[in-house]
Amino acid sequence: MKFLVATLLTAYLGYAIGVYTQMPWWSFALSSAVIALCIRQTMFSTFVAGFLGMFLLWVILASIRDVANDHILSQRVVSLLRIGTSSTLLIFITGVVGGLVSGFAAITGYQLRRSAKVILSFNLE
Amino acid sequence: MRFVYFLISLSFTVALIWALNNRWQVGETKTPRLGYFLSPQKGFWQNTESANANFNAEIKAPVLNGKASVYIDDKLIPHVFAENDFDAYFVQGYLHARFRLWQMEFQTHVAAGRLSEVIGKDGLNTDRFFRRLGMVYGAEQAMAATDMDTAMKNAVNAYAAGVNAYIHSLRPEQIPFEYKLLDYEPENWTPLKTYLFLMFMSFDLSGRDVNTDLQMTNAKNYFGWDNFKQLYPNVMDSLDPIIPKGTTFSNASFKPQTPSDAAVRFFGKNDSSVQQSAANLLFNVPTPDASNGSNNWAVAGSKTKTKAPILCNDPHLGLNLPSLWFEMQISTPTHNTYGASFPGAPAIVIGFNDSIAWGVTNAGRDVMDLYNVRFKDELKKEYLMNGNWILSEQRQEVIQVRDASNLSEMVPITQYGPVLYDKDFNSPDARGLTLAVKWTANFANAGIKAFYLLNRAKNYDDYVAATKNWTCPGQNFVFASKAGDIAIRQQGSFVAKWKHQGDFIMPGTDSIYQWQGMIPMDENPAMKNPARGFVSSANQKATDSTYPYYLGSAHHFPLYRGISINKKLSGMNNITPDDMMKMQTSNYNVFAEMARPVLLKYIDKNSLTPAEKNYITLLETWNLKADPQEKGATVFRCIWDSLENAVWGDELAGSKLKLPEPDSYSLLERMLKGTADFMADDITTKGKTETIQDAVLTACRKACKELGELEKSGNLEWAKHKDTYVQHLLKIPSLSRLHLPIGGGEDIINATKSNHGPGWRMVVQLTAETEAYCIYAGGQSGNPGSVYYDTFINNWAEGTYHKALFLKNEAAATGDQIKWKMNFVKN
Repeated sequence: MKFLVATLLTAYLGYAIGVYTQMPWWSFALSSAVIALCIRQTMFSTFVAGFLGMFLLWVILASIRDVANDHILSQRVVSLLRIGTSSTLLIFITGVVGGLVSGFAAITGYQLRRSAKVILSFNLE
Repeated sequence: MRFVYFLISLSFTVALIWALNNRWQVGETKTPRLGYFLSPQKGFWQNTESANANFNAEIKAPVLNGKASVYIDDKLIPHVFAENDFDAYFVQGYLHARFRLWQMEFQTHVAAGRLSEVIGKDGLNTDRFFRRLGMVYGAEQAMAATDMDTAMKNAVNAYAAGVNAYIHSLRPEQIPFEYKLLDYEPENWTPLKTYLFLMFMSFDLSGRDVNTDLQMTNAKNYFGWDNFKQLYPNVMDSLDPIIPKGTTFSNASFKPQTPSDAAVRFFGKNDSSVQQSAANLLFNVPTPDASNGSNNWAVAGSKTKTKAPILCNDPHLGLNLPSLWFEMQISTPTHNTYGASFPGAPAIVIGFNDSIAWGVTNAGRDVMDLYNVRFKDELKKEYLMNGNWILSEQRQEVIQVRDASNLSEMVPITQYGPVLYDKDFNSPDARGLTLAVKWTANFANAGIKAFYLLNRAKNYDDYVAATKNWTCPGQNFVFASKAGDIAIRQQGSFVAKWKHQGDFIMPGTDSIYQWQGMIPMDENPAMKNPARGFVSSANQKATDSTYPYYLGSAHHFPLYRGISINKKLSGMNNITPDDMMKMQTSNYNVFAEMARPVLLKYIDKNSLTPAEKNYITLLETWNLKADPQEKGATVFRCIWDSLENAVWGDELAGSKLKLPEPDSYSLLERMLKGTADFMADDITTKGKTETIQDAVLTACRKACKELGELEKSGNLEWAKHKDTYVQHLLKIPSLSRLHLPIGGGEDIINATKSNHGPGWRMVVQLTAETEAYCIYAGGQSGNPGSVYYDTFINNWAEGTYHKALFLKNEAAATGDQIKWKMNFVKN
């Protein structure tokens, strides 16, 4: 359940930050980190939720645009980036780029939570 | 310890973002910022345009005077209906930007010598070249001159306001694809940019001498005047000029005098002044394509089926995506005009209105000369003129270079014009000389007014009055009206030159070599309603030698398309627009028609192998059409090129400096006269003097070897061998259209070469209800993510056209073809 919430929240906030702000393309890293900070999971689950949230978001957003566009631009871009001829591959790479940044941002959030806890416990003693 | 894990993961995440947020050099190109570029919310995915996109829009702008409606048809061609001219040009600027913003800015950046700002130090030479040529200086002069005319100033300002209204409406993720790819942002549009664009067109159409004058000088020095004259002849026996032979011209009102010492200082071998490659920078300067030209003609009602005149025009320029052309209609209470516009400039450039139609071809006249000046010292502040040291103006040019420091240089401006080449900046062909460039484009030109007035012209007199504003580059304006008139005028600011003046580098230290005067515009070659029932031009020499002014080196005037056009039009009657479209796309090669018999005459089949004989048979049986599937066209081309190489390739190779390729007519006309042994000798074989017959045999053998290879690779068919493509302005193959199945070529009415040709084609029949057909090698949208990016290319390659939807008035903007509407209102 936590995992699902973290994943969906990552996607949702990543989307919102892109739509409602004029912040740079990578600003979802902040929301992904915050989500990891707030929702406690194992490091592995944190990473996967972070990755999957943005991966899915970007894959879905890119796919919607690609299909509506009859793959015109994605075909030109795969050839331009010299990565074969597959629009699907380009969508996949798009998803991986978003997913990786988000996943590692989530781990950063996770680690911050853990170190904060340590700092907190030191203070308690 | 846990804090360390946090720091590690933080550093890793930051490093990952940093890597994805930067451009990386891979091979010769830089990657985009991948994270940004791939982001579906910011990057290129935002530029995908839905296949059934909706172009409806409501635009509010405070500068508008009234309201305007734009009806967009199924080809994405806008039809603008505005209550006044200012609003119309505002809307045109907005639409150009809406569909072509990146291209407009890129082209004007290049013209202004600002390419380095976009692509970094690779653009430096081009930038220095254009700055030193005086492109910005010229644009400023043109703007100052045009601004004197309130109507023109308003038009250009309204246009700029429209462009900016669009730019300011853009959210960052909406900027065109190429900005994202190269990672920069659009800047404000200014009226000056319109003039920069026009300067670029002037350069493209009249700037060849930045190179040909150098190479011609080299050739004259290398061969000596007598041989030079034979190899680069100024007389063309087969010339069919724009103004027919036998026309009487009035005497010249101005007679330029040849300087008394020209025989030595100008025509002689003046190698003594050469400082071989003293330059510390050598690069090949951007030179306009020698094929930049066009066809236009108008036939009178006496020759057409409907008894109404028909006007045709197809300009031949580089084939690029996004296209140079943008098709549209502009309608206001003062005019209702349709045709091709230039993204970057207001009004229609080639088109028609309710009363008339017009078109242009390049005049090819020599309006640019290079003067060899001498500066007192390295400071380049004082130059020698008639024994005195004269102060030059100094123009500071600062080039911003992306990812590097600025480059600043002082360009001296002499009374001729700016110093293009000198020790600090030289072309391999300029031999280390200090050369100032005199060019009519750098005069204060208000030529844009010609198009503004043509858009509104109602009759012949309006056309004459409009075209008289045109100064540079010289153009042949063809005209036809519903009243039944047809006409052609070679228009421009032309220099009254003594014979050969400016064909070579000119002495620049005394005033006797300066331009002595301009030809009065009334004496420009012109013709109205000739008895033969048609007027035409195809960049050939405008007149025969009875015209009292020197037209310039024949090297500037292609010969054969004009012959082809005039021959066809003479023989045609009951002409329909369909006939004209067939003619514009005709692949008949009149040069081959003249060359093949004389070539075959010299070919001794007995000395050829059976394989070689097969190719000669292909040549013999060829229908003389350069159609896509014709193999004979390839055979002819290969043999002819090989023959030119056999005849003069050996002599040209002997020069250390680059020489101009002699023109094909030079060899063909000698072959027709039987005097082709000139230079036929292969100077690399000692003790043997080859004749033209030997050269033909050598050429055949070499060509057949090449043809064998072409056949093996399956490229013997003409279109495959020629391999036409329409190239993106950044030369990126995946944004270009490659391997187009289209025929035609050099010397052919369908002048489609590899990356050059009739990008815009138009046929207009001036019946009561205008019937017009257009096509161009591109699409209305400059967005590579749009279906409309290259919509017209297949039809263009096939040689088919679309019928122009020329709406009589706004009420007619109904029906299935009208798909979208944009409303512009004042707020």
